[in-house]
Amino acid sequence: MSHSKRLLFLLFSVFTIGAIVLTACGGAATTAAPAATQAPAATQAPAAAKKLEIFSWWTAGGEADGLNAMFDIYKAANPGVEIINATVAGGAGTNAKAVLATRLTGGDPPDSFQLHAGLEVEKYSPDQYLQPLDDLYASEGLEKVFPKDLLSLLKYQGHYWGVPVNIHRANVLWYNKQIFADNNLKPPTTFDEFFTVAEALKAKGIVPLVLGTKEGWESGHTFETILIGTLGAEAYKGLWTGKTQWTDPGVTQALETYKKMLTYANTDHSALTWSEGAQYLVDGKGAMHIMGDWTDGWFTSKSYKGYGWAPVPGNAGIFDALSDSFALAKNPPHADEATAWLKVAGSKAGQEAFNPKKGSICARTDCDLSLFNDYLKSAAGDWQKDAIVPSVTHGAAAIESWATAYKDAMALFATSGDVAATQAALQQACVDAKTCK
Amino acid sequence: MRRLTRDRILSIALITPSAVAILVFVYGFIGFTGFASLTHWDTLFPDYTFVGLRNYAKLFTIERFQLDLRNTVTFTVFFLLACLSVGFGLAVLIDQRIKGEGLFRSIFLFPMAISFVVTGVVWRWLLAPGTEQTGSYGVNLLFEQAGLGFLRNGWYTAPIIWHISSESTLGILLQSIGLGFLASPKFGISWPMVSVVIAATWQMSGYTMAMYLAGLRGIPDELREAARVDGATEFQIYRYIIVPLLTPITLSAVIILGHISLKIFDLVVAMTGSGPGFSTDVPAFYMFDTTFRGNHFAEGAGIAIIILLVVAVLIIPYLIYSARTEVQQ
Repeated sequence: MSHSKRLLFLLFSVFTIGAIVLTACGGAATTAAPAATQAPAATQAPAAAKKLEIFSWWTAGGEADGLNAMFDIYKAANPGVEIINATVAGGAGTNAKAVLATRLTGGDPPDSFQLHAGLEVEKYSPDQYLQPLDDLYASEGLEKVFPKDLLSLLKYQGHYWGVPVNIHRANVLWYNKQIFADNNLKPPTTFDEFFTVAEALKAKGIVPLVLGTKEGWESGHTFETILIGTLGAEAYKGLWTGKTQWTDPGVTQALETYKKMLTYANTDHSALTWSEGAQYLVDGKGAMHIMGDWTDGWFTSKSYKGYGWAPVPGNAGIFDALSDSFALAKNPPHADEATAWLKVAGSKAGQEAFNPKKGSICARTDCDLSLFNDYLKSAAGDWQKDAIVPSVTHGAAAIESWATAYKDAMALFATSGDVAATQAALQQACVDAKTCK
Repeated sequence: MRRLTRDRILSIALITPSAVAILVFVYGFIGFTGFASLTHWDTLFPDYTFVGLRNYAKLFTIERFQLDLRNTVTFTVFFLLACLSVGFGLAVLIDQRIKGEGLFRSIFLFPMAISFVVTGVVWRWLLAPGTEQTGSYGVNLLFEQAGLGFLRNGWYTAPIIWHISSESTLGILLQSIGLGFLASPKFGISWPMVSVVIAATWQMSGYTMAMYLAGLRGIPDELREAARVDGATEFQIYRYIIVPLLTPITLSAVIILGHISLKIFDLVVAMTGSGPGFSTDVPAFYMFDTTFRGNHFAEGAGIAIIILLVVAVLIIPYLIYSARTEVQQ
């Protein structure tokens, strides 16, 4: 009798352990994102606490501060909701997007997540995974407060899929004012001037162009501004719609320009991220840096004030734009809370709280400019009058698979310098995206 | 047929849960990945249209993937050679009955307890070259201070690929016998990969040492003494007695290190990323990029299957070999 009892006990423990192992496996698959929970605003929250999960790649510095400022506004209007701030680090959201993809396909979507306005939305198969926001746009009157260019960028397959919170400019040339003053130089407005300036700086032992390409997207970012500077706004936009061919001599010329520019860059660029590259500027060892205007927020967080800005050569009067928006997952776990969040994201108060900290301008046209620093005021002015073109590196101009192919081609070009092969690869990427023939 | 005794029921019951779990979570998912690689799954939403081997055909035409294969071969060969030689050397030194043996053993073994991510970040800093304007950093600075300035180099930032030049005598010779394609950077050795090899060797050579040390301790002293009586030199003892006797250890080490190096991901991502011109890119990282960033799920699955096959080429002969020796015993 005791023998069979022991057997039963053994069988029981085997199945218990088996069950534990199986649940552990299942659990590991679904908890893909590290979630930093924040304490609910109201301490007397009921037991069945309401929750809201926001997914973004704003983990540090001004970006995180801005997001928290928006959370504060949300909490004031919606007491008792616990916000789960699910962030994944990595420039341009490269890592976050990977995590998000697995969560969406795995049926475990966050309520609302960060999405670059523009064709990046295609990546998330909006029909299957996203909820159109047309009703929200109507009820909040958002069509009246966002500029027309932005609205057309946001519309995909006839619907709005995200509420934009900000506008960033990608084609800015940052420079160290002290170095330029010491050497009697002016920020270059054409590529010829750029090379004259670069030559003068090189002779002085200063890195003319600082660059950080560790994460793989930075090379593509720099090149897109050169494309704009070489082709102009209309022809550049045409590259993404099929009106301009990638075999165009202008593209060849842009590649040649970029190749020449790279000879003036710091030799250790592949070891650095963009901000580690910008550190050269802060230290007075490098003179110019082509990067988006999140650099402004980064400089501010470093308490560095000696920087000046100008459009990238040839980019005067053109605003290479990207915009962060928040999308709504289909059947989100907390639908009401998520809708309330999107209303905050699109509101004047929300955007005025977020943008000065993030270092970007409002997507809305009615923000109070006195809240912003000098750079952002000038950017807001340019946003009103410049021609607006979409950024490819930051998800606006092309579908994600095309943008990835573009990014890889340019990362390779940064070392190979093979103009013909790169141009062919860029053309092939356009064909693969079914835009070129 | 044997009767189902209680013991038999028990043993089957004990094995079943883990067998089922492995069947589903390992072989089931391998099967699904293989299936996915044959489909047209190119968006976030699965599309299981069967396309045959088209994804594989496309993969091998992509330059980045070709470079990845080159980098994996470079990494595996150098990593294995370095780990085996350093590990064996350390084991021989420690085997000399030195004082404080336990301390040295621990010191050499400790790097293995560190995550590859930590190793990657630390070595990224150590091997960061610096520039003319900033001065040297890390290892380069060390070289400079030690009067070895000529050894300074760009480490993982210098996109140097050693390859047979198509203009060299060897290149022309290869062309004449129809192997001209070998004289290209695609069949070269990527210098930035060597930096990654240094970091990986630092981490894994202590482990190799531990394996060899166990092997060395298993060799009876009588064998060495008999050889000495026969007049063998120390070198001859190692060359003709110790090393041949350690063959099974070497084989195990090659298998263990080999599959680590073929699947390496975290170290490369933390240390260098794709590197300049994909000079330190590896298939596992490309798989991650393709699948989750580029949304080409089918192609990503194809890369996964290729990695699996490459590892299988290494492992399966070993499994067959060890099964045979077990039977013999």
